[in-house]
Amino acid sequence: MSTIKKFLFVNRKAPYGTVYALESLEVVLIGAAFEQDVSLAFMDDGVYQLKKGHQTKGIGMKGFEKTYGALEDYDVTKLYVDQESMAARGLTPDDLCVPVEMMPRADMGKLMEEQDVVLSF
Amino acid sequence: MIFSILVNEGPYTHQASDTAFNFTMAALAKGHRIFRVFFYHDGVNNGTRLTTPPQDDRNIVARWSKLAQESELDLVVCVAAAQRRGIVDDGEAKRNGKDATNLAPGFRISGLGQLIEAGIQSDRIVTFGD
Repeated sequence: MSTIKKFLFVNRKAPYGTVYALESLEVVLIGAAFEQDVSLAFMDDGVYQLKKGHQTKGIGMKGFEKTYGALEDYDVTKLYVDQESMAARGLTPDDLCVPVEMMPRADMGKLMEEQDVVLSF
Repeated sequence: MIFSILVNEGPYTHQASDTAFNFTMAALAKGHRIFRVFFYHDGVNNGTRLTTPPQDDRNIVARWSKLAQESELDLVVCVAAAQRRGIVDDGEAKRNGKDATNLAPGFRISGLGQLIEAGIQSDRIVTFGD
């Protein structure tokens, strides 16, 4: 399976409350294992997935903040964060647990256009 | 064109599975090829043969099974999502020491690699669900 396609995973939901963020990460890791050209976009409440200092003890769920930090080990380094979504929630890149590229929404559209496969979770 | 379908929501609660089914039927009728239908998140609940809707309602699971048989569709349920939600075939029952199975005919349980492969092999992946 030598074909390499551009996969973009769009993360739109808060990290806890629904399972989408966790199960999205599982697909991202498999995509990387298949040596595809993987990028991640974070928009809407999805930007909270990258917020530093997840504390999940109170809700009895396994935290997975560390997995974002480990993405680099899987050569997943293209992380794009929607600038407007960050601003609307009072967040700056300093609040996030990994290095990201802040991207205006209009450019986000262009990024999606360049992809072969866009999966939104 | 070669399509793959991703179903991310369970049956009855959400229209995603109905719309995915209708889309699949329409694509096949137009002569397109469906490489794979992949069930993820609560979408794995579309693969339980224990579903028993009232007789005057559609049977979403049986409908997928029938289409799989007629059109040789590859219906794949994600193993990790299925394990969380109690969707079990013979192999999984043995591996995990379960005393029952519930995977519907025409479905098979496999890994997320099948979704990535669908992305590689298809011209389009169409997602149904939130």
